[in-house]
Amino acid sequence: MPDLEQAARASVTARRAKKRSSVSMGLETFGSVGLALIVLVIWQFAVPLLGLSEFVLPTPWAIARRMVTDAPLLATHGWYTLLEVVAGFGAAVLAGVPLALAIFYSRVFERAVYPLLVALQTVPKISLAPLLVLYLGYGWGPKIGLAFLISFFPIVIATVVGLQSLDKALVNMVRSMGASERQTFFKLRLPAAMPSIFGGLKVAISLAVIGAIIGEYIAAERGLGYLQLQANQQFDTTLNFATVVSISLLGVLLYFGIVLLEGKVSYRKESAT
Amino acid sequence: MNTTPGNAQPPARSAAVSVTDVSKSYTVRAGEDVLALESVDLDIAPGTFVAVVGPSGCGKSTLLSLLAGLIPLTTGKLTIDGEDVVKPHPKSGVVFQSDLLLDWRSVLDNVLLPIEIKKLNRKVYIDRARELLAQVGLEGFADKFPSELSGGMRQRVAICRALIQEPGLLLMDEPFGALDALTREQMIMDLQTMWLRLRNTVLFITHGIDEAVFLADRVVVMSPRPGRVDLDLAIEIPRPRRWNEVHEDASFQRYVRQVRGIFEAKGVLVSH
Repeated sequence: MPDLEQAARASVTARRAKKRSSVSMGLETFGSVGLALIVLVIWQFAVPLLGLSEFVLPTPWAIARRMVTDAPLLATHGWYTLLEVVAGFGAAVLAGVPLALAIFYSRVFERAVYPLLVALQTVPKISLAPLLVLYLGYGWGPKIGLAFLISFFPIVIATVVGLQSLDKALVNMVRSMGASERQTFFKLRLPAAMPSIFGGLKVAISLAVIGAIIGEYIAAERGLGYLQLQANQQFDTTLNFATVVSISLLGVLLYFGIVLLEGKVSYRKESAT
Repeated sequence: MNTTPGNAQPPARSAAVSVTDVSKSYTVRAGEDVLALESVDLDIAPGTFVAVVGPSGCGKSTLLSLLAGLIPLTTGKLTIDGEDVVKPHPKSGVVFQSDLLLDWRSVLDNVLLPIEIKKLNRKVYIDRARELLAQVGLEGFADKFPSELSGGMRQRVAICRALIQEPGLLLMDEPFGALDALTREQMIMDLQTMWLRLRNTVLFITHGIDEAVFLADRVVVMSPRPGRVDLDLAIEIPRPRRWNEVHEDASFQRYVRQVRGIFEAKGVLVSH
């Protein structure tokens, strides 16, 4: 019997080995970076092979070259978008966290404001963009306003959920040491809620970028969204793609900024043991 | 400070506990009152180790929460060192059923949490914290985080946290209930060693008859619905007690039988 088992195992191993091509072995080693490189290489060579013009689909290499030559242009517009995102997101944090605290500590806020807030979350914030232009004009207002509106809700809700999900036994533990509510908040509630709050911040920062870009689509004279519309109108597809990549880079940069901050002020939540 | 093992003299800081005719009822959702404790009397002399044993629902944890100052009593009188317990008493330290360590704090910072909350000088207590950790076999773990520790180690840290201020009254709410049998046995022995050094007043809540009899000077037996004291048994076995030897001891077995007898008489344990 053991012989039979051994033989079966050997044949399985052999089959697996046969199936592993050099491509899949490379992917196992280099992971998503490897896959992305493969896609880019296929893209690069498919464009001339299919006879596509640069106007229809520029090659990745052309986009990369354009990003270098137009770096000052992209950086100037990117800077404005960055400021709008940071201002909108910052305002959302400054307003959202205190509101979440009010919802957590006050019955009135919990019963009256919170359900309304959750209901309002179903409004697609993007649809408010034209109204924001109407009320706030063509300057910073609508972009920051939209970035704020779109990132505000996830921050409030993540903070409330983080505060509410605390184990009551932990509160009793610090109270048994004679802790005041102020101490309970700073030593227990806030640090315990940090992983949830940062979960909200990560969602919110990505949304804030979308908010600012949509704001720029509606009415703007600067920013990456504006630049992309310009490229679109001029049939400059390469610049169009270069703007998309720049917007993505901006989002990734901000996201990792939050992750970096999280590493400094929050703890890594372990799964329950 | 008295820290010599085996010395029977309690240190002056050990607290006296007095529970007089205490009842506690909860209002449940239907608006009805449920009586968790009914006229409980319990006086504990300073430096006594009292174990309260009873089945779940007998109100023993309620009694501990009352003494910890976490919930208000309904009727009766409850004092620590003659002072009415209306809020957590500065002399008391609590060890809960689960370790309740803060995941974002190192082991050392968890042990020092009561010091921070009481706004005492951290530096003064760091050496004591390390010494306590060493006593429970965790000398190399001060800078580790709770997630890196086993269940038994975590509960040891929780005990160190409760002991950091040498509490005159140590309240323990089924502290070893969640541990495996071997770890539990070791923890019971370690607790005795630590207590013999400290000799403070201990109220130890448990449903384990053997650990109650092994550890305590007095075993208080409670029965449920409503919770009340059925038996108050003085345990006269010399210390230090050794787990294996004591289990073979005739008087130990007699104490255990006495407690079981109460449970059988009350229908908590049914012998077939």
